[in-house]
Amino acid sequence: MSLATLLLLADGRLPSGGHAHSGGLEAQVAAGRVKEISGLDGFLRGKLATGGLVSAAFAAAACADVTRFSELDLGLDARTPSPGLRRASRAQGRALLRAGRAMWTLPAAVGREPHQPVALGALAAAAGLSPVEVAVAAAHGSITGPASAAVRLLGLDPYAVHALLARLAPECDRVAAVAAERSGDPVDELPAAGAPLLDIGAEHHATWEVRLFAS
Amino acid sequence: MRARAHIVAESDGRGGTRLAVLHGESPLLLRRTGRRGDGRPIVHLVGGAAGPLRGDDLRLDIEVGPGAWLEMLSVAASLALPGRPAPASRLTVTATVAAGATLRWLPEPLIAAAGCDHVAITRVAVEAGGSLLWRDDLVCGRHGEEPGDVRADALISYAGTTLYRHELTVGPRAPGWDGAAVLGGGQAVGTLVAAGSDLPAPGIAGPNAAVMPLAGPGILATAVGSDIREVCRALDPLCRSPLIPVPG
Repeated sequence: MSLATLLLLADGRLPSGGHAHSGGLEAQVAAGRVKEISGLDGFLRGKLATGGLVSAAFAAAACADVTRFSELDLGLDARTPSPGLRRASRAQGRALLRAGRAMWTLPAAVGREPHQPVALGALAAAAGLSPVEVAVAAAHGSITGPASAAVRLLGLDPYAVHALLARLAPECDRVAAVAAERSGDPVDELPAAGAPLLDIGAEHHATWEVRLFAS
Repeated sequence: MRARAHIVAESDGRGGTRLAVLHGESPLLLRRTGRRGDGRPIVHLVGGAAGPLRGDDLRLDIEVGPGAWLEMLSVAASLALPGRPAPASRLTVTATVAAGATLRWLPEPLIAAAGCDHVAITRVAVEAGGSLLWRDDLVCGRHGEEPGDVRADALISYAGTTLYRHELTVGPRAPGWDGAAVLGGGQAVGTLVAAGSDLPAPGIAGPNAAVMPLAGPGILATAVGSDIREVCRALDPLCRSPLIPVPG
């Protein structure tokens, strides 16, 4: 394992297009559900416990066994009812593979446009990282993306937003540990925690003519 | 309390459906309702006792055979209550829908009362050529009440492939469940999965609702509301969809 390699994978500056996505926050800001730090706190806690856990478990499972990419990809399809979110996940998976190919030698079986957690797991496997490490990166990424989007969308104090992320770090570790522990389960038994407002918000967001973020 | 209920609906060979098995145990009692003789049976779930209460382990198995048609309703909302200190109450509903068969599962909501600890497990397998309409509504707490813990865990497959896999957890043990990613302070949520060939059109079903084409042959309609009436306004019209035949 290499801690520096893990930091590369989790870095928001990785050129994988993550900055173009708000993780569903933009729609909830527009709906008036997130206005300040306390609203962002509730959003991020729910996101981490649902999409964060699912992403972490699927990234860990893909990292642990590179022969499972295809079944894991179908498993994410079944857990992502919103077509807008399926498109966003595959677009981010594709961008992540592009960055990953420049950094490491990726397993060919990952395909061209997998869901983002499968792509992340493939990069981690190629980089020699472990399932629990990529689970931490996935859980962390599920909240840092919307947190930085919150600074841009709401003009929140960046120090206060990072204080919130620091408070959530232990929960991130806990979610990653659960995800890694379950990563060997059959696909149907892997975490499937859903977030109804993220699905609904993504479908509304996709109809907007003007938006700051792609999702 | 442990109880099992079992329904088997079969084609009667004359274009209608007969109920070969209709077995219930309190608190899962089953009553055939609707018009006799039209070959389209409606079965109501009738709560035979309070609850579910902690410690309850309830199971309902539904089989709809080739070419058969069945609609399942309930006479009232079910109310998950705390009861004595015991493991979480559990209701497992399984269903199989054969080729050419239709199952419409449209029960009244589940209400999560304060202090409850309940797990609702749904496992539905639809064969190629079968039709499904599966509705589940959840109300988080009685009026003005914080809910207890409920986990709803659903898996619906079509033609042997998992079409929809979803868990929703609410209550004090679920981080962020009332935050803006999950229910955003909404007290009620409803989901409607339709699988098969005749599906409602995708789109926006209201300010806090959407009808989403799944990756496989089906749709999910989800609605979140400050109360159950908002959810019903979004989802009820889809349950009356003429695309899926209604008796009479």
